[in-house]
Amino acid sequence: MYKYDEIDQQIVDERVAQYRDQVRRYLAGELSEDEFRPLRLQNGLYIQRHAPMLRIAVPYGMLSSKQLRKLGDIAQKYDRSYGHFSTRQNLQLNWPKLEDTPDILAELATVQMHAIQTSGNCIRNITTDQFVGIAPDEVIDPRAMAEIIRQWSTFHPEFALLPRKFKIAVSGTKQDRAIVQAHDIGLEFYTDNNNNVAVKVWVGGGLGRTPILGSVIREHLDWQHALTYCEAIIRVYNLHGRRDNMYKARIKILTKALGINEFRNQVEAEWTHLKDGPNTITEAELARVAKHFDPMPYENLSAHDASFDAAIASNPAFAAWVKRCVHVHKQPGYRAVTLSLKPHGQAPGDITSEQMWAVADLADEFSFGELRSSHEQNLILADVKLADLYKLWEKARAQGLATPNIGLLTDIICCPGGDFCSLANAKSIPIAQAIQMQFDDLDYLHDIGDIELNISGCMNACGHHHVGHIGILGVDKDGSEWYQVSIGGKQGNDASLGSVIGRAFSAEEMPGVIQKLIEVYIQQRTPEERFIDTVRRIGAPPFKAHVYAKNEVAA
Amino acid sequence: MSNLVKIENGVAALANDDWTLVKLPEAQTEERIQAGKVVLFKLTGESTITEEQIANTVIPATGKIIVPLSVFVERNAELESRIANGEVGVWLATHELLEYLIQQQADLNVLPIIAVFVERFADGRIFSIGTLLRTRYGFKNELRAFGDVLRDQLFFLKRSGFTSFMVRQDRSAQEAIASLNDFSKPYQGAVDEPQPVFKRYNRGV
Ligand code: SF4
Repeated sequence: MYKYDEIDQQIVDERVAQYRDQVRRYLAGELSEDEFRPLRLQNGLYIQRHAPMLRIAVPYGMLSSKQLRKLGDIAQKYDRSYGHFSTRQNLQLNWPKLEDTPDILAELATVQMHAIQTSGNCIRNITTDQFVGIAPDEVIDPRAMAEIIRQWSTFHPEFALLPRKFKIAVSGTKQDRAIVQAHDIGLEFYTDNNNNVAVKVWVGGGLGRTPILGSVIREHLDWQHALTYCEAIIRVYNLHGRRDNMYKARIKILTKALGINEFRNQVEAEWTHLKDGPNTITEAELARVAKHFDPMPYENLSAHDASFDAAIASNPAFAAWVKRCVHVHKQPGYRAVTLSLKPHGQAPGDITSEQMWAVADLADEFSFGELRSSHEQNLILADVKLADLYKLWEKARAQGLATPNIGLLTDIICCPGGDFCSLANAKSIPIAQAIQMQFDDLDYLHDIGDIELNISGCMNACGHHHVGHIGILGVDKDGSEWYQVSIGGKQGNDASLGSVIGRAFSAEEMPGVIQKLIEVYIQQRTPEERFIDTVRRIGAPPFKAHVYAKNEVAA
Repeated sequence: MSNLVKIENGVAALANDDWTLVKLPEAQTEERIQAGKVVLFKLTGESTITEEQIANTVIPATGKIIVPLSVFVERNAELESRIANGEVGVWLATHELLEYLIQQQADLNVLPIIAVFVERFADGRIFSIGTLLRTRYGFKNELRAFGDVLRDQLFFLKRSGFTSFMVRQDRSAQEAIASLNDFSKPYQGAVDEPQPVFKRYNRGV
């Protein structure tokens, strides 16, 4: 992964000093609440229900064991010995003290980490696919470009105070796993007809209150121009995006209002001035950064391992875990492993300090000392030998990190919701927990198969509920908490937004509602058909009919 | 001493302000959201300046003045000789369009100063406006930020081409100067340093 040189280190060190002084001025009364807000937000600090929440950047989800160990230490020293992985692949601390945050950032800087632009109206953390660099269907490893974009966007002076937050995702696979269409800018890297690396540029996607999938603004862009083209897009947005209403301030509103063609014309006009300018990326810079992402020193292994095959045959629990949590790898004899942060009955994405240290040890022992966080809020060891899987499983299981539910109904994506977030309409974590308990039967879960259930506590859609096969949204009705259910959302190349099935439900009703949706699926599915495919084939009415039937009888 | 910070020959210091800022009178009529550039104004939701406001703006008879963009354009004939003498600068608000200025005044370097008014700290349009004035329209003279200007914008303003900063009256301009040096080696190319870090330093291979 990318390692800082002196220049990178100096920037994070100077940031700590700058932020320390901002906090000092705030505590001394030299900065008002309103003036301090944009400053602290750009450093990932929210003021939440109970305490501040600090969001630490994990650029494109890559972490070293050393960094994770430090995060475990920080959570223990400054928080309640746990952290929460978010859908932006970042780590959040829910209980730090404002006064401690400069020290936390100073500690992070010692392991090449920071909280820069993890929040606020600026360019946020660049995200990508968690299997980047190792997926067999990968055409281009976009991490070097992600790092180059990270550096370019860090304290970009022109884009320091945008109308609203701005999210960029990159991907380089045939099957999109980075939801590029749901980002303000999505950069899809591919190899063009001349065998050059090119970018398909998506713009104006986003979830939140007005969910919109992005449009293609440019089919083909040479990679050298990725930064200047982004500058052209963001400049048009910065100048013309709405600033009078925060709910209409995302770039998607501007692209919709102007129409993609007019928006494209404005961007292209701007770009003629920026094209080939100083921020054009050089071969040398790409090569320098790409070196950090060279393939790991893999051993030459055979594609099969007898001990692994034997363990699968003799141990059904291990086999179940392998089926759900172990993923294919480019390199023969290697696999990627997802460590589930979704044990039934716990807040999705939460991890204790002890678990962080344990995962760091596992990464050192089995996976070249590196790991990744995913937008599904799990951790991934990307380079594990087939022959080591059994040993890894035993150790992960001892830490409660081997729930074999990846991609299954209980692998829920869930925002912090009303327990922590001051914007929430409703709690989301207890709903996730209740659903996990309702479906706490692994055989049944495996029978239901691949399905994605996403929960957001409000319209801001941090839990990506619009693209969940089943989406749950917390809504406020006369001051009490209700839940709106949608079905048919999907991420990926054939992304779609879910549609709401009908009136909202109370928290107690929710596990039963999900149960009913699943019953319809089980009854209607053809062999090998996933939940989402059944929904697409038969449409929402049969699901609605079953879910609301009982109510009519009762009424 | 005013609350003005000025960068001259690379050095930032407090400076006297020898310009008089000419303001528009308060709007008499209700706000009209529609304007010439219908689409853009609708989107940003800004109010437009009325003809009465422009006509009623009091322009001091002598001295160096910074006039509102609308006055500069609509009452240009009145100002002609003073412009030629280098006594007239222009200010604009962040929602106003630079094209409007350029149509009137193709060579911006006739103006000794352009000032940009930022109403709220969080309004980052000022950075794009500065960048465009410097890189697109070749403006070389004093570029000033005024309004809700606080120390934590100064670094970004400087990088976007601003050379003077009228810090908000209730804050220390002296203390704000320090923030101009918050970061010593910024990553990306911008107005003050067009080359990105990877072209300025040998970062190894
Ligand atoms: S979706 Fe709403 S409730 Fe959930 S974390 Fe985001 S803002 Fe908070």
